[in-house]
Amino acid sequence: MSYDKRFDGRELNELRPIRAKTGVVKNAVGSAMFEIGKTKAIAAVYGPRELHPKHLQNPSCGRLRCNYNMLAFSGSGDRVRPGPSRRSKEISYVTELALSPVLDLSAFPKTVVDVFIELVQTDAGTRCAGICAASMALADAGFRMKDLVCAVSVGVVGDTPVVDLCYDEEAYEDGAVDIPVAMMPRSGKITLLQLDGDLSKEKFEEALSMAREACNKIYEVQKKALKERYKESSQ
Amino acid sequence: MIETKYIKSLAKKGERADGRALDEYRQPIEVEYGASAKNAEGSALVRIGETVVIAGVKMELGEPYSDRPDEGTIMVNVEMLPLSSPKFESGPPGIDAIELARVVDRAIRESKAIDMKGLCLVPGEKMWTVIIDIYPLNSAGNLFDASSLAAMAALKNTRLPAVVDGKIDYKHRTDEGLPLAKDALECTVYKIENSFFIDPTVEEEEAVDARLTVGVTQEGHICAMQKGGYEPLTEEDIKMMVGLAIKKTAELRKVL
Repeated sequence: MSYDKRFDGRELNELRPIRAKTGVVKNAVGSAMFEIGKTKAIAAVYGPRELHPKHLQNPSCGRLRCNYNMLAFSGSGDRVRPGPSRRSKEISYVTELALSPVLDLSAFPKTVVDVFIELVQTDAGTRCAGICAASMALADAGFRMKDLVCAVSVGVVGDTPVVDLCYDEEAYEDGAVDIPVAMMPRSGKITLLQLDGDLSKEKFEEALSMAREACNKIYEVQKKALKERYKESSQ
Repeated sequence: MIETKYIKSLAKKGERADGRALDEYRQPIEVEYGASAKNAEGSALVRIGETVVIAGVKMELGEPYSDRPDEGTIMVNVEMLPLSSPKFESGPPGIDAIELARVVDRAIRESKAIDMKGLCLVPGEKMWTVIIDIYPLNSAGNLFDASSLAAMAALKNTRLPAVVDGKIDYKHRTDEGLPLAKDALECTVYKIENSFFIDPTVEEEEAVDARLTVGVTQEGHICAMQKGGYEPLTEEDIKMMVGLAIKKTAELRKVL
C-alpha cells in the first residue's frame, strides 16, 4: 500500500508548525528555541572563552564546539540515560561541521565558542531542530556569520518523498528513509547530509530537491525571530 | 569579590542589591505543566525570577527490593546543564548536583508525598519506579526551591502509561495519576552576617555564610532539612529559619 496520506494530514512538502524565539537563556551570550511540531530544541552559546586542553587551541582562529544532548524524559519509550552516547557524540560532531562554514571566528584565536543544544521533547528531526536553534543562537550572540543555517529532514516514507518526517513516519512499517539536510539558504549549499535507509538514486534526488524550499521557509521563521529580538532590545 | 563585599555590607543593614525585602521571592513565580508532554509521563517548568528549571517524570517497571516487597521506588536526578550557566561544565555530576538531587528527593520521600505501597503492582514481583529528572535551563540562583517546586509539579502532572502483558506501553497513557498523598515543598533560608533571607541571586549565593533548606508538607510539618555553608548556626537561628520556611512554602504552594 502506498503512503499517499500523511499520518498528521500534512501535504507532502509541508513542514510541521514551527515556533522560534531567541534570547531564551538569559545567562548565555546568545540563545534560541526552535520548535517544529512536537520536537523542541534549545541552544545556548557561551564564549569566546579560553580553550582547554591547550593543544586544541588554534593560534589563528577560534574553535566551534557543539554539544547535543537529549533530556532524560524527552525521548519516546524508555528514559534516555543521562550523559553522552555514541549517537549524541556523532550528532554533536556533524552539527559542528554543519555550522562551521557560516561562522567567522578569526577574530578570536585560541578560544572556543561553546554551543549547547538540549532537546526538551522529541518527535524525530532532532538534529535538524538543534542546528536551526544553534545557528539562531550564534546570530543572537552577534558573531560574524555569512548566513544562517537551516536544517530539515527530507525522506521517503513507503514510496513517497516527504519533508520533515515525524516519529511515526520514521518508524513506518513498510520502510522509511531519513535524510537530514542542513543548508546555507542564500547559496543553497549543503553543510550536513546524512541518510538512513534504502532507496534508488532517482528517489534520493527527488527527496533532496524538496529540501531547498523547506529550508527557505525555515529561514524566514528564523529571520523573523531574530528581528523580533532586535525590536525588543531597541525599545 | 567586590560584589561579595557589597552584598555583605548591605546584609548588615538588612538590605539587598536588587531592593527586595529579605523574605521576598523574585517574580514571577510560575509553573507551566506539561512542558515536555509528548514523551514524559509528567513534566513541569518552573520560573522564579530569572531562574528556570524543568522537571520530567519517566515511569519504569521493576522488581521490588527484597526488604520492601510491597512498595515502589522513586529516584531523583539533577544535571547542571552547561547550557544554563557559564559556570557549569560537561561531565559526571558534581557535588552540587548530587546534593541538590538528594535534598529534593528527601522531602518527597520522607513526607510520604507518594504512597509507595500504591506503586506496587504485584508484591515481590512488580512495582513502579518513578524517575524524576531535573535540569536548570537558566541557573540564576535558588535552584533548591525551584527544583523542589518543579519536581512536585511534575509529579502532579504525571499520568501512568498503560501496562499490557506486564510491559509498559509508552504510547498509551491512562487517566490515572500517581498515588499522591500530600505535597512537600522546600524553602531555603540563607544567612549573611546577621541577616536572614530567601531566594538568593547567584551573587548573593556566593556571599552566603550558611543556608538551611527545609521541606514542609501542606499541614506545616517539617519533612526534610539540609544545612549548607561553612558558618555554624545557633539554635535561635534555626528556629527562625524554620519558621520563615514554613511561612514561605505556604506561599509557594499557591502556584501549584
